[in-house]
Amino acid sequence: MTGNDEAELSRLMRAAIAGDERAYADFLRRTAALVRGFARRKIVQGGVDPEDVVQETLLAIHVKRHTWRQDLAVLPWVYAIARFKLIDAFRRRGRRIEIEIDDIAETLAEPEAETVSERDINRALDRLPPAQRSVVSAISVEGRSISETAAKFGISETAVRVSLHRGLAAIAKRFGAKRFGRE
Amino acid sequence: MRTDDLIKALDADARSRAMPLGSAWWVAAGAAAVIAAAVFWMAIGPRADIATAMHTMRFLAKFVFTAALAVSAFALIRALSTPGASTSRAAAWMIAAPLMVVIAVVLELLSVPAADWGRRLVGSNIVICLTFIPLIGIGPLAVFLAVLRYGAPTRPVLAGTVAGLLAGGLAATFYAAHCFDDSPLFVATWYTIAIAILAALGALGGRLFVRW
Repeated sequence: MTGNDEAELSRLMRAAIAGDERAYADFLRRTAALVRGFARRKIVQGGVDPEDVVQETLLAIHVKRHTWRQDLAVLPWVYAIARFKLIDAFRRRGRRIEIEIDDIAETLAEPEAETVSERDINRALDRLPPAQRSVVSAISVEGRSISETAAKFGISETAVRVSLHRGLAAIAKRFGAKRFGRE
Repeated sequence: MRTDDLIKALDADARSRAMPLGSAWWVAAGAAAVIAAAVFWMAIGPRADIATAMHTMRFLAKFVFTAALAVSAFALIRALSTPGASTSRAAAWMIAAPLMVVIAVVLELLSVPAADWGRRLVGSNIVICLTFIPLIGIGPLAVFLAVLRYGAPTRPVLAGTVAGLLAGGLAATFYAAHCFDDSPLFVATWYTIAIAILAALGALGGRLFVRW
């Protein structure tokens, strides 16, 4: 939004691409905060949980980060992805309400519950093959490192990396496939 | 899963690398040209009198139209597959090929007697044109749709349409070397219809396959 955000985020993203993992985590946290603000401003009627949009956007940013060119501003890229994922979320909600308005009428009126189990990402995680699911859970929810995860399951670090990468890609793909209408 | 937990997982996967989208487009362009050339040489090949034809304006002009379409569509599809990239300049260049065709049609109408217009419009290759431009272009279209999936187009149907125009421009560039009908009247009508078939297929492909 401001020149500072742009300069700082593009610096972090460049460092991340150069292999600085700390810069990448920093970039993702700051981006999450920006997208959270964006989603909360845009979602005025409820029904869509802004945090689901934040998570879908972060996943899309991650699996599509090869589409960013270093000579492009990073904020327009981030917001274009966030907007795309927000519209997706609205479309899904529109479809759902059309089908089962009676079932969810009550939950719509209630304030957003921020419970972990209601996240879209958990449903996507649950559908992963067991090996990928346990690796993704160990690293995310349990906060283990790659090497700790490798030790826990008795597999190589390379196998952990592959399962993690495939698992994240599959979750991102599931979000994309849930779209109903386009344009 | 909390967002902070998700960030841990994404960060742990930071080392995974993918080819930059810009490079992927050049690889795709090369692969598509090879596919189009292979289908062209196996199916029809260049016309027998190509050496003579090279000296005529009408024959050469066909390549200018089709190449202009391919080049402008390539620039636009690169922008359309990158979130947040400005597309207005590339979109404006898409007018170049149609504009040149319109000018050529006007010149043709001025230089050829009206009695000849019908014969030149119909030509002798309509069915071949409408068959082989889509046939040469379908492989390249599949390649371009695959790259759109690899990219992140925020307007998938539009991007798919442009993929069809790009495949059409490429296919028509090859087909033009085969076709005996060099009149702009023929090109403006039948090439356009053949390319529109690919554009429609591209739009459909964008809607059905380009999800992310």
